[in-house]
Amino acid sequence: MTAGRRAAGMVMTDAMADLLERFRDGQVPALARAISIVESERAGFQDLLHEVMARGPRAKRVGFTGPPGAGKSSLVAAAAATYRAAGEHIGVVAVDPTSPYSGGALLGDRIRMNDLATDAGIFIRSMATRGSLGGLATTTKEVADLMDGFGFDRLLVETVGVGQTELEITAAADTVVVVLVPESGDAIQAMKAGLMEIADVFVVNKADRPGSARLVKELRQALHLRAGSALKDIPAHHGVDLARIAKKEARNAAPPVSPADWAVPVLTTNALTQDGVPELLEAIDQHLTWLEHGGQLDVRRRDRARVRVRDVVARELSREAWKSEEVTAALDLGVDRISKGEETPYSVARGILASLLR
Amino acid sequence: MSDERKIRILVAKPGLDGHDRGAKVIASAFRDAGFEVIYTGLHQTPEMIVAAAVQEDVDVVAMSVLSGAHMTLFPRVKKLLDEAGADQVLLTGGGIIPEDDVAELERRGIGRLFGPGTPTTTAIEYVNGWFAAQQTS
Ligand SMILES: Nc1nc2c(ncn2[C@@H]2O[C@H](COP(=O)(O)OP(=O)(O)O)[C@@H](O)[C@H]2O)c(=O)[nH]1
Ligand SMILES: [Mg+2]
Repeated sequence: MTAGRRAAGMVMTDAMADLLERFRDGQVPALARAISIVESERAGFQDLLHEVMARGPRAKRVGFTGPPGAGKSSLVAAAAATYRAAGEHIGVVAVDPTSPYSGGALLGDRIRMNDLATDAGIFIRSMATRGSLGGLATTTKEVADLMDGFGFDRLLVETVGVGQTELEITAAADTVVVVLVPESGDAIQAMKAGLMEIADVFVVNKADRPGSARLVKELRQALHLRAGSALKDIPAHHGVDLARIAKKEARNAAPPVSPADWAVPVLTTNALTQDGVPELLEAIDQHLTWLEHGGQLDVRRRDRARVRVRDVVARELSREAWKSEEVTAALDLGVDRISKGEETPYSVARGILASLLR
Repeated sequence: MSDERKIRILVAKPGLDGHDRGAKVIASAFRDAGFEVIYTGLHQTPEMIVAAAVQEDVDVVAMSVLSGAHMTLFPRVKKLLDEAGADQVLLTGGGIIPEDDVAELERRGIGRLFGPGTPTTTAIEYVNGWFAAQQTS
């Protein structure tokens, strides 16, 4: 580390201070580089986030999630074009999966956003999920924070939904739009995937395809069920025990992110013709208004802040722990003992924890 | 902490011709080599390519040029990259490009250009080699 600059108790390298200055000056390459630093957790990334997040969240954050090919990118492009026409500055984060075989990724979301490619009022960044299991790269929320700090009015976060784990989108967005298509299965599958908990708005895209009306109907019924109004009328022996499914869902749900007084709309769109897109944007804005006026925005931001602090503490603790040679030696020794049947992973872990917390 | 740094590469298909097979093949090969590949589709203008390269903070831009316009496209993208402060980005690519032109473009600061039929492994080795040299310098 060269002669550093002190900032709020953290020492920053000259290179980082210079980057931050260009970032604050609104220089796009500085934002792009800051994202790379945070995404790769390069040295100093936490100091950078600390500086950039100092003024608190301001941008409206809208997440789009759903199965591959559902039309998320097409809808994001349509939304971005409308917001741009209204003069908003827009940041887009589009996440696609990392190949588990090569560790590489083919990120193709920009293909749908080419009309916006040279518009200086929009910044588009593609991300790979890298090590993360969820549909979201582990650092997507941090990248959203950087974009927020850069001064965009609105952020659009696209993530590929891969079943159970896409709940992470709620960590990056205030309003979550779940995009489904008739081909993506029935509403029961959506329920199983935990989508009922995270959706603030449901969109059945490709409304030009057969089956969309059926899916809309099923989703509305499922939402109705979830709101509890239909449960008491359905006896448990009626084939599927829907009440039990709903209860199990409620237990699994992290924080209750869709309180009952927001009626989740189910809309249809055709991203190719833009049919239904104005209604979708209207619903998003209504949700944002509801969040702001009902105090929910503050609740969500507080939840996010709590999770973030816990994440950082957990990560730093674990990093500290495995940095110590004593601990890695204890691990090696423990593995030997486990393989001889003298210990279990739990007794070894307990021993390591005891030595750390001493 | 991910110590190993991923190579980010933009695969771009400029020009009016509608042949993106080559670009898609190389994009998949780069992914299989562990790179993060940003693919933007057909008909990219130099301005679009450079805007994407800057926003995506890529290490490398690889262009597939089959139209014969390589002597204008490569220098134009290079100039725009330099103007955008992205002069550290490696600009490379492929297409039907005569030897003399390859040499001339290389003289103007453009990286290696690969002819049709070059095995994808050659391009991958080239990018990996360039990247490793960058890291140590
Ligand atoms: N028929 C039809 N095709 C669509 C619609 N929306 C998107 N597509 C097409 O579906 C494919 C996947 O779209 P994309 O936006 O990339 O989906 P993503 O993977 O969810 O981001 C593309 O070929 C789109 O042109 C739609 O409403 N109707
Ligand atoms: Mg997409």
